[in-house]
Amino acid sequence: MAESHGHSPLEQFTINPLVNLNAGGYSLDITNSSLLMIISAVFAIIFFLGATRQRLIIPGRIQIAAESLYNFVESMLISNTGEGGRKFFPLVFSLFVFVLLCNLFGMMPYSFTATSHIIVTFALAAMLFVVIVIASFMKHGLKFLSIFLPSGAPGWMAPLLIVIELFAYLIRPFSLSIRLAANMTAGHTMLKVIASFVVSLGVLGGWFPLLFLVMLTGFEIFVAILQAYIFTMLACVYLNDAVELAH
Amino acid sequence: MELEALKFIGVGLTAFGFMGSAIALGNIFSSAISGIARNPSAEPKLTKYIFIGAGFAESMGLFSLVIALILLFV
Repeated sequence: MAESHGHSPLEQFTINPLVNLNAGGYSLDITNSSLLMIISAVFAIIFFLGATRQRLIIPGRIQIAAESLYNFVESMLISNTGEGGRKFFPLVFSLFVFVLLCNLFGMMPYSFTATSHIIVTFALAAMLFVVIVIASFMKHGLKFLSIFLPSGAPGWMAPLLIVIELFAYLIRPFSLSIRLAANMTAGHTMLKVIASFVVSLGVLGGWFPLLFLVMLTGFEIFVAILQAYIFTMLACVYLNDAVELAH
Repeated sequence: MELEALKFIGVGLTAFGFMGSAIALGNIFSSAISGIARNPSAEPKLTKYIFIGAGFAESMGLFSLVIALILLFV
């Protein structure tokens, strides 16, 4: 859909290798996507190490920020899974901070949103799904398969219900990953399209889409945080199946 | 008709997917407003669920956008 004279709004999602590395024929290039992910991870590590360096009883501001983030994710996990879910806290917290930072760093000018590619979000969601399945089998054994047949269903409906429940269960990593990637992609695409209106309307008419662009950028920052929260909350809800059988 | 033209017609038809998302958001906010009207002190709790529900409903509409983008560019 590129116009003959301009650029397509989807051009911002191309992955460009920055540093070319090779290991036995496999490319380990550092691309703009992997650079953003490295920056997110390093920023998270430095922030939390620095915030908890002096463990004051009356915390300073950065320590308050880190502790409130910890409490936020902890309350979300415990309210969804109960006390048995506490052993999944490092996983859920890392997921939340990583997705939040990747989303937010994508809002910087000239930056790249690493979570706007389905492969990145699918890697996170698939890893979570594998962890949940393995943890469920380790905890409940073969009784875990009883979640596919809700109690109180009539006997004749059982085969159909099992198939439907199985597919609804298997689609979870896909819906989780596509939700995050589509929200990021759609947001940034819309920003680029409206930005092209600003340029094409020139000095006289360009102030109106510019105002709209400012509001839309604010809304996109909100969506970045909200989608990270929804991803983590769904991870907690799915973890509930691993901790205790709901049906 | 040529294949290219049919592809673009298909892309245009995926725009109907947003109708479901719009109806869902309308339902969410209408029940949220009537809930707040009955019990104004429950507003902070309801606000939290409004945002969660809005995030879910928006994603359903965005799935149809993903189909449109796949049709256009793959």
